[in-house]
Amino acid sequence: MPTRDAPPRWDHRMQQRLARGEAAALGELYDRFASLVHGLAHRVLGDEDAADRVTRDVFVHVWEHPETYDPEQQPLRSWIAGLTHRIAVQRLRATETAALAVTGSGGTEELERRVRRASVAARADYIVHSMPAPLRAALERAYFQRRDYRRTAADLGVTEDEARRRLRLGLQLLATAHDTGTPGAPPGNGGAA
Amino acid sequence: MTPADRLDGRDGDGGTPAPGTSPQEGGHPPPALAPAPPALEHDVLRSLLGAWALAACSPQETAAVEEHLGGCGPCAQEALRLRDAVGLLHPPESLDLDPGLRTRVLESALQRRPARVPVPEWAAPYDTETARLDALLQDFGDAEWHAPVRLRWFDAGTTAGLRTTVAGVIAHLLAVDGLVGIALGLGDPLAQVLGDAAPGVAPPAERTEAYWRAARRPPTRAVRGPWREQSHAVVRTVSFTGGSSDALPVSYGGVELPLRDALLDRAFECWVHAEDIADAVDYPYDPPAGRHLHHLIDLAARMLPRVLAARRRAGLAAPPATARHLVAAGGPGRSLRLEIEGSGGGEWLIPLDSPGAVGSAEHEVAHVALDGVEFCRLAAGHVPPEEAAAGQLGDREAIRDVLYATASLSRM
Repeated sequence: MPTRDAPPRWDHRMQQRLARGEAAALGELYDRFASLVHGLAHRVLGDEDAADRVTRDVFVHVWEHPETYDPEQQPLRSWIAGLTHRIAVQRLRATETAALAVTGSGGTEELERRVRRASVAARADYIVHSMPAPLRAALERAYFQRRDYRRTAADLGVTEDEARRRLRLGLQLLATAHDTGTPGAPPGNGGAA
Repeated sequence: MTPADRLDGRDGDGGTPAPGTSPQEGGHPPPALAPAPPALEHDVLRSLLGAWALAACSPQETAAVEEHLGGCGPCAQEALRLRDAVGLLHPPESLDLDPGLRTRVLESALQRRPARVPVPEWAAPYDTETARLDALLQDFGDAEWHAPVRLRWFDAGTTAGLRTTVAGVIAHLLAVDGLVGIALGLGDPLAQVLGDAAPGVAPPAERTEAYWRAARRPPTRAVRGPWREQSHAVVRTVSFTGGSSDALPVSYGGVELPLRDALLDRAFECWVHAEDIADAVDYPYDPPAGRHLHHLIDLAARMLPRVLAARRRAGLAAPPATARHLVAAGGPGRSLRLEIEGSGGGEWLIPLDSPGAVGSAEHEVAHVALDGVEFCRLAAGHVPPEEAAAGQLGDREAIRDVLYATASLSRM
């Protein structure tokens, strides 16, 4: 179950506590974001151990450089998602490049395709995770539970018009996962949380 | 328009236009050219695009949309985009995060940049165990929250029990952790629910029952937030008060423990109840890491002499064999060697005749060997003393007394 966005005050306070070197703050940060970080990393890398390592690298980075987060710019959640995305894509590129070097033949295009695909998939996960709950609920009913939109409307207790609107808007948001040109950019450019 | 701009508009409502879909650009076909009568208007067809992409329309609507797409460029473009987006919907990624990862990640970070305000070592088991339990609860649905759980403990020579639910167990942990919260000045979570009727500092069972009774309905998943907030607040607070607070007395309503032992006790209870919950919903759950388990076993071993004395006063344990065993406080006394095997194990010499005596190898009269997790199950009242798988050597009465005393450490 995705947690609701925390008030910015929490983000602010968390950054101060991390900067002050409070180990308990690091634990709380992990408790709040580990499953997000691990899930995104796993989507990019498709490997449990690699996702564990990215999770470690992300929290080590935040702990060592809490000052690089600016609460005025964006919510902590989307900043951490962006950081995770960058680190995971870096790792994917490094391991794929190493694999290429072993197998010889220039497959850099294929590599870039894979990196792009993984990036888009991770961004899409993040968008689904952070979109308003009513939109997510409509998509879940229509897609995972195979309900038609009339049934979706009835399940959610909204009009059929509203169900159609939610499905369309939800997919429009999701489609923005394709939009960022550079594969290494953070999900939704940080505005999505 | 950047994706961020579009996402920012999400809290408005349908007003967020996707590119190329505004009515101006959409271009209604001139009425004269429209097939008469138009079955469905452009606006309606456009509003169906999401449902169409998800194959969630009626067959008639699907046919109408597809026919429309042939003649309407903007809708065709959007339809393609939305259909692509459907391909990005995936079931959520594997949910089970390795519970040991938290400790590894935190350790790596703290090696790179040592904490200026560390979590005291005696609070680490509580920090870890509450995080493990919270991770177990993470993906529980209503069925799991209301799954029946039987709490068991050892009382008056037999196993006592009580039925509650997963949410009821978390309510119990919230109520009893509250004793530590009260001692730290964090306020009593029960006061928020019960107001002036909150029992305040009272034995764990009394606080729990007061809380269970006060709620008009059985506890729900809503109890998770307050429980977790309190456990985070406890760790945060003891980090700031640090080493100087470890002896701060925490009253359990009758019994008092120094803060460091109270937090070990709460870590132990958290693990035991997490196992109760995991059993109830059929999830696997590992024992604590060895070095934390060691602290928990050590607490039980240190509490045994007092419990033995109390049981002796109540006529439940054998009196000292002869007067010569009545030892002066701080002097060596008749002892039992408790050997705990496995990760987190070690050896403890338990003075048998007086809590004031010091365990002594020279006065060893018995030797018991037990696996660490088995010992903890005994101390939790989950294994009856006569069934504990223990290797035994020496004075049978002493061994029996110590095993029964260990079981009577347990409570609701």
